[in-house]
Amino acid sequence: MSDPVLIESQPEIEVPFEEAESTPTRRAFVGIAAAAGLCYAGAVCYPIYRYLASPAEMAASEGAVRQVTLDKAQALPLASALMFKFGSSPAMLIHGADDSWVAFSAVCTHLGCTVKFEPELNRIHCSCHGGVYDPHTGKNVSGPPPKPLKAYQVNVGATSVTVSRA
Amino acid sequence: MSGAVDSEPAVDVSEGIAARALSSQDKPHAENSQKGTGTIESVYEWIDERLGLGEVIALARHKRIPVHSQSFWYYWGGISLFLFVIQIFTGILLLVYYRPGAEAFESVRQITYVMHFGWLIRSAHSWCANLFMFSILVHMFSVYFMKAYRKPREVGWLTGIALLFFAAMFGFSGYLLPMDELSYYATKVGLQIPASIPFMGAFTTTILRGGPEVSDFTVQRFFALHVVILPLLFIPLLGLHLFLVQKHGNAVPPSEEAKPLAARKSIPFFPNFFQKDLAMWLISLNVLALLASIFPWDLGRQADSLVPAPAGIHPEWYFMAPFHMLKILGNWLPGATGEVVGILLFTTGLAIWVVIPFYDGENKTGTRGRNAHYFGLFAVAALIITTALGYWGIR
Repeated sequence: MSDPVLIESQPEIEVPFEEAESTPTRRAFVGIAAAAGLCYAGAVCYPIYRYLASPAEMAASEGAVRQVTLDKAQALPLASALMFKFGSSPAMLIHGADDSWVAFSAVCTHLGCTVKFEPELNRIHCSCHGGVYDPHTGKNVSGPPPKPLKAYQVNVGATSVTVSRA
Repeated sequence: MSGAVDSEPAVDVSEGIAARALSSQDKPHAENSQKGTGTIESVYEWIDERLGLGEVIALARHKRIPVHSQSFWYYWGGISLFLFVIQIFTGILLLVYYRPGAEAFESVRQITYVMHFGWLIRSAHSWCANLFMFSILVHMFSVYFMKAYRKPREVGWLTGIALLFFAAMFGFSGYLLPMDELSYYATKVGLQIPASIPFMGAFTTTILRGGPEVSDFTVQRFFALHVVILPLLFIPLLGLHLFLVQKHGNAVPPSEEAKPLAARKSIPFFPNFFQKDLAMWLISLNVLALLASIFPWDLGRQADSLVPAPAGIHPEWYFMAPFHMLKILGNWLPGATGEVVGILLFTTGLAIWVVIPFYDGENKTGTRGRNAHYFGLFAVAALIITTALGYWGIR
């Protein structure tokens, strides 16, 4: 019926299509479409990124904390430790058997486990890989930890203990 | 739109002609791929050899979409699909921070007011749910009035109705999840519909609710329903629904069917119709973006069973019709009789709606076709009037 017409009509469609490829209008259209596509992608991806990154941003603002006041911590018994959060990361306040006061980050410098004060062995120990730190200085004594624990300044008041960044 | 359609190479739907036209299209492509030694060609060949891309492309080329005065309605299935995909994405994003159970309200408060753009994602999810319901209803009624349910498309119709039912369940279960005052009372009130099922209503409702009252248990199980059970049922069913569309192609309305084959027009699905589909999706995305950002979805006060219900508690608009029909019949026939009669009437109407392809299954105009058409008009009128009355009552 109309077969020949159809088959002949193919090149008729193709040829102007090919030629049009180089005309400025077509190039402009592709450019505008690409720019609009990028805008849409940005408008979708940016809110999603910020949404997913919210907790990280909140932790970062918590990390800006300069000092923490621990109410009633001055009553901490000798040879014991108090675990607390300095910003978003765990920290420990140690009241030594010799009545000394020190505070360290409680994050093991090896792989980030939370460390434990063991007064009977006079050490800070990480049970993940057996790292040992000195409980007076925070220095890495044995095991895998590459660095000492970060130390904080301690001020013991009448009703509280204030721990601040060194 | 018709202007754009006319400019396409309109082709007779006769199979033989379509096939010959296609083979002439295939040749230049084959030559190109033989000549081409570039990376893109070799990547294409690598994938084609393993996944059979060529067959998919050939299938896409064969697929044609009829062109006639009612072609506009063909977009609504695609729009629904697009909105459903948005629901999956925004739903997954909400899942990142949502906590069901006792902390439900607090976690939604956090999403809305603490997390960056959380309000936007929640608002998009809520608005998209409404647009999705709207678009599948338009899709359903257009299928109904174009008589696209007729032989051999009965299963497409049945799966579509099931998908609508699951979509309504998605809406109902999702509405409770923020656990604010409005969602709490809307769920309490909405559970009146399953509760009025004769004989097993009370039992079903208690199981669904997880106890005698809407509580943390209800939120927990509605959450399981919303994010696990319903997607598990919905997605395979949607796959079957889409497969059937692919298998049978688009139905044409009786007015078009009356024309001889040679007088009917069609365009290739790919790329011609697909481009228009994309344009529709872009419009839908823009509408959604405007609604979600200009009218951000509200979060009320935390649900508290000791605080009296605020005025004007009502279900979502797509539940308004059955809810209000129950109310009207409850006023006419006091007590349990009204509820039972209401649910029986509604169920009968729904049953007729579901089995309509088996009543009006023949492709010819006759009494049955006309009756089905009038029943459709009656159903639309009943839904619109009861919905309007429902909103009038709470105004």
